[in-house]
Amino acid sequence: MDIHEYQAKEILASFGVTIPRGGIVYSPETAENKAREIGGSKWVVKAQIHSGARGKAGGVVVCNSPLEVAQATDRLLGKKLVTNQTGPEGKIVNRIYIEEATDIEKELYLGLVFDRSSESIMVVASTEGGMSVEEIAKEKPESIIRSKIEVAVGIQSFQARELAFGLGIEPELIRRASETIIGCAKAFSELDATMVEVNPLVISKQKQILALDCKMSFDNNAMFRRDKVSELRDKTQEDEKEVYASDRGLNYVSLDGNIGNIINGAGLAMASMDMIKLAGGEPANFLDVGGGATPEKIVKAFRLITMDKKVKVILVNIFAGINRCDWVAEGIVQALEKIEIKVPLVIRLAGTNVEKGNKILQESKLNYIEANTLEDAANKAVAALK
Amino acid sequence: MAVIIEKNTKILIQGFTGKMGTFHAEEMIKYGSNVVGGVTPGKGGQKHLDRPVFNTVKDAVKHTGATASILFVPPAFAADSAMEAADAGIKTCVAIVDGIPSHDMIRIKRYMKRYSKNEKMTLVGPNCAGIISPGKSMLGIMPGHIYKEGRVGIISRSGTLGYEAAQQMKNLNIGISTSVGIGGDPINGSSFRDIIEKFETDNETDAILMIGEIGGPQEVAAGEFAKANMKKPVIGYIAGLTAPKGRVMGHAGAIVSAYGESAIEKVEILKECGVIISKNPSVMGDTVKSVLEKI
Repeated sequence: MDIHEYQAKEILASFGVTIPRGGIVYSPETAENKAREIGGSKWVVKAQIHSGARGKAGGVVVCNSPLEVAQATDRLLGKKLVTNQTGPEGKIVNRIYIEEATDIEKELYLGLVFDRSSESIMVVASTEGGMSVEEIAKEKPESIIRSKIEVAVGIQSFQARELAFGLGIEPELIRRASETIIGCAKAFSELDATMVEVNPLVISKQKQILALDCKMSFDNNAMFRRDKVSELRDKTQEDEKEVYASDRGLNYVSLDGNIGNIINGAGLAMASMDMIKLAGGEPANFLDVGGGATPEKIVKAFRLITMDKKVKVILVNIFAGINRCDWVAEGIVQALEKIEIKVPLVIRLAGTNVEKGNKILQESKLNYIEANTLEDAANKAVAALK
Repeated sequence: MAVIIEKNTKILIQGFTGKMGTFHAEEMIKYGSNVVGGVTPGKGGQKHLDRPVFNTVKDAVKHTGATASILFVPPAFAADSAMEAADAGIKTCVAIVDGIPSHDMIRIKRYMKRYSKNEKMTLVGPNCAGIISPGKSMLGIMPGHIYKEGRVGIISRSGTLGYEAAQQMKNLNIGISTSVGIGGDPINGSSFRDIIEKFETDNETDAILMIGEIGGPQEVAAGEFAKANMKKPVIGYIAGLTAPKGRVMGHAGAIVSAYGESAIEKVEILKECGVIISKNPSVMGDTVKSVLEKI
């Protein structure tokens, strides 16, 4: 789960990280007052969407008066911002963060992630702040320093100091820099985060260490014990169909093609999508109804796929193990009594009682194309497009 | 002797009396697995499926001599149960459960470091189908009858894609020595490399089919291990050619976030390691067959 920049900043501030003064607004009217309240003579108006690279997309505006702040807020609110991370449809701006402008002396990078190789938490830092970590890794790999956190004891002060000295921070600022790094590490561990990124972490001309832009992501599997974090979810930033799916226990990812998929199991779903691509088609989605493929999940899956207007063919591929094909077939027949399908439907069943399952489908009133193997299913789905 | 589990391996069900635990315990018993009892805290002393229920894993191990366990406890309690199993001296623990927080997984892995290599429990999963040695024992939730007894080892992240492979192989009359589902989570108990190493020394396995996915470094690590240390042929398939970068594809671990984690990159690296690639998921069985014919 992702959250907004301002939410991440509030969290990190509560862990002792210094952030520039700022406030959130939802209308241009309140923006002008908010700027005055923050004070100073220069402000930054930042569109809050779940994406990086907002500056390049026009989502970050520097303003010299409260009036300009109001005007910039007016321009951005309600607009769809398209960045290189949002896809062509962009993301809607419903919240604006207004912040005092910072006199930047130096921009650094600080990030925390799970490292899947060492199976621990890794702190990654670089002197090349402001660029994405991928760009840093490509262009200035020698600038990257890392430190592995021992989960049993958490980050230690010496590790934070080593990182701070490694970033070339001047001696009188080492203590603040260390506290900042430790604060981020604690937030990561204590809130079940999967990513904390402060980019840039800046040293201001006034010698403050400030988190200028922040990003945090959290483990969906841990939200049962993180009530306060899960309240920060903003569904307006997620694909409508993906929200519908996740609220109903389906694993769904919206894609650009026109062949809709209903499959049980994530691996089999990816494999079926691969077969569609190899057969010359493009999948409209990834959809895993769960290994068990219960009739309730299948009904929900058909409802979801029929919401997608791009879909020109639907491919159902279920490997029934303990749940048996005859039972799955009955589930499909029942589902399609409730939902009208206007596009060709290809069904491939495999596994336990496959003959019985296919017989149930054949004897139903269902208008569908039967397929036997993965390859057969993909070929028939692509052929049905024509 | 099969790899990891044997015909008579004594098995405990953790979360025995729950709906999932009961259903799959019955399936395992039907298959012939030696289920000797289970653990449900607070229900110790009762009988369930004609087998004793214990309050703690330690009690259960003491009275039954069990060496393996399978977890059917909710994700919030799964880490605790896995550590309880390790502490009680269980040698093999399969965590079926989907949804264990990643922070809990790294905690489990850290906890296990207290044991020396010889006394360390093999944790398989979470979010996996478990282990089956056809004709011998099933410590998992797979449909046992689709696995024919034989001499090919399977390691798969995905449950259903592993079933697909077993079915394709059965249709070609190819049997399986042991199939291990290692699960779809980013941090798991046993990696491809851990299991592939066990297959290399298993005298009942002639070749290994490794079914991977996008995301993480494990498939490549196994390929590099195979190149440096293995004599037995390794066949590989990587799912997710069409998966977009940065998106989680169902499995929490199936996300491309770095170089070498996409399907195309993994396939290229595995080829360089000498792994024979099944060019699509429909020909996993055929690819295994052609490799076996050359042995």
